Amino acid sequence: MTIAISINDLRKTYANGFTALKGISLDVDRGDFFALLGPNGAGKSTTIGIISTLINKSGGEVQVFGRSVDTHVYETKLDLGVVPQEVNFSQFERVRDIVMTQAGYYGLPRKLAAERCEKYLRKLGLWEKRMDRSRSLSGGMKRRLMIARALVHEPRLLILDEPTAGVDIELRRSMWDFLKEINAAGTTIILTTHYLEEAEQLCRNIAIIDEGRIVENTSMKKLLAELDSQVFILDTDSAMEQLPQLSLPDVHVRAVDNHSFEVRIAASRNINEVFSRLDQQGVKVKSMRNKTNRLEQLFLSLLNENQGQGNV
Amino acid sequence: MFRSHKFIAFETLVIKEIRRFSRIWLQTLVPPAITIGLYFVIFGNLIGSRIGEMNGFQYMEFIVPGLIMMAVIQNSYSNVVSSFFSQKFQRSIEELLVSPVPNYIILTGFIVGGMARGLAVGAIVTTMSLFFADLNVQHPLVTIAVILMTSIVFSLAGFINAIFANNFDDISIIPTFVLTPLIYLGGVFYSVQLLPPLWQIVSGLNPIFYMVNTFRYGILGSSDVDVVWAFLILGLFIVILYGACIWLLRHGTGLRA
Repeated sequence: MTIAISINDLRKTYANGFTALKGISLDVDRGDFFALLGPNGAGKSTTIGIISTLINKSGGEVQVFGRSVDTHVYETKLDLGVVPQEVNFSQFERVRDIVMTQAGYYGLPRKLAAERCEKYLRKLGLWEKRMDRSRSLSGGMKRRLMIARALVHEPRLLILDEPTAGVDIELRRSMWDFLKEINAAGTTIILTTHYLEEAEQLCRNIAIIDEGRIVENTSMKKLLAELDSQVFILDTDSAMEQLPQLSLPDVHVRAVDNHSFEVRIAASRNINEVFSRLDQQGVKVKSMRNKTNRLEQLFLSLLNENQGQGNV
Repeated sequence: MFRSHKFIAFETLVIKEIRRFSRIWLQTLVPPAITIGLYFVIFGNLIGSRIGEMNGFQYMEFIVPGLIMMAVIQNSYSNVVSSFFSQKFQRSIEELLVSPVPNYIILTGFIVGGMARGLAVGAIVTTMSLFFADLNVQHPLVTIAVILMTSIVFSLAGFINAIFANNFDDISIIPTFVLTPLIYLGGVFYSVQLLPPLWQIVSGLNPIFYMVNTFRYGILGSSDVDVVWAFLILGLFIVILYGACIWLLRHGTGLRA
């Protein structure tokens, strides 16, 4: 069995009549680091809620490691660790008690639970805070506590719903390293995130969900290869009197200010050609950066396409 | 889930529940002790001495079993309703719902937590009552059985209240407008024989009346009701409420969207 999770024609209509999922299907391979992207209200959290049995589905099927979550409730739950979007532990309990209690719910004997608790609290930098009440933790610490809690029974599949929302850059990077480490150790990870850079950095495969439908489901490499152009901002050493004239097909230049300009270049073109033309014209480039995140560009174009189809 | 894993899960849940009400003992254990202590002083000592006897017992002796039962009922109920609803409100109940803990273990864990608080407060109140009256338990098995069964019934009732509650008002409505009147009219302070025949029949529709009188029978050896009938009613309530709780959990009522 190479599939960690298989979702088939999953549907959800809430009691108020809102249809959050309109029949989504996707497979995530064992050992994968999978991104589930989508705008707010697209259906990501509903999908995760159904997988983790917090939301009742209206139709379709979910299998975790080949077993249906409907018929093999206990086995599939043992395989799952869930880190929700919102903080969902008691604000009055101590950090260690929260993790130990979760270990107990999964039937871990006390000695093993204590070892695992220490292991994950240390890994996530919370061991010094173990006797503190959880309400005294910072936002980033609370998120890490939820990750430690989800890992204490060492699930084969970890689902993280926006795990780094509101977390500062330094901490986010350290969480990425930690997630890469546990993925490398064999844990399949499904991640939803608003930070497209996060998905690009971490995930090998990706599904984009919008208005309850999967609009793209492919590998990150293939998706990024679909980009037909990239936009760079180039900063010059000195003020420009006029915009450089590159005269290259599929390359367009636009002024930003007198010290920088924008170059849109087709994916097929070599960027060295741009630099040699600039050199010929005596333009000295001091720095260069991507105008937009590449994935963000794709994400927005896919959503626009989907909404365009929906409006027809 | 293996049996040993289920036991660990059950033990974890019970310890968590006991730790919760022990941590906030000033809110959970002290207030009922003070309230019932005041009942002992005012109704038992001050007014009771002027009332004289009730069913052949000093008034103080007569009300002690009812007041102990009142403490057990109120605290079993309020422990489960406040604990479960707080977990719903903070969404920490999701820790349990995503875990492989079976519904019957979840329910039993909360029941035992409710019983633990009910019996802890009952023990405190019983100890206090010894300063006011001599308690010579006439039927220990009946006494223990009825108090355990009563705390189960009200833990289950508190669980159902918590499942349907959407805000903190919803968890105080039933105790205030249903539970308290039923307790006060359940023969805690008087013998039903003092009532006109019609009101004696009406009292027979109040389940708490059977619990209070059976407990009084266990301690004093005197009751206004048939004890066997009272145990049948208690057993029936446990079966019906337990079944209802399991059904609600299975369907995710109030818990799963």
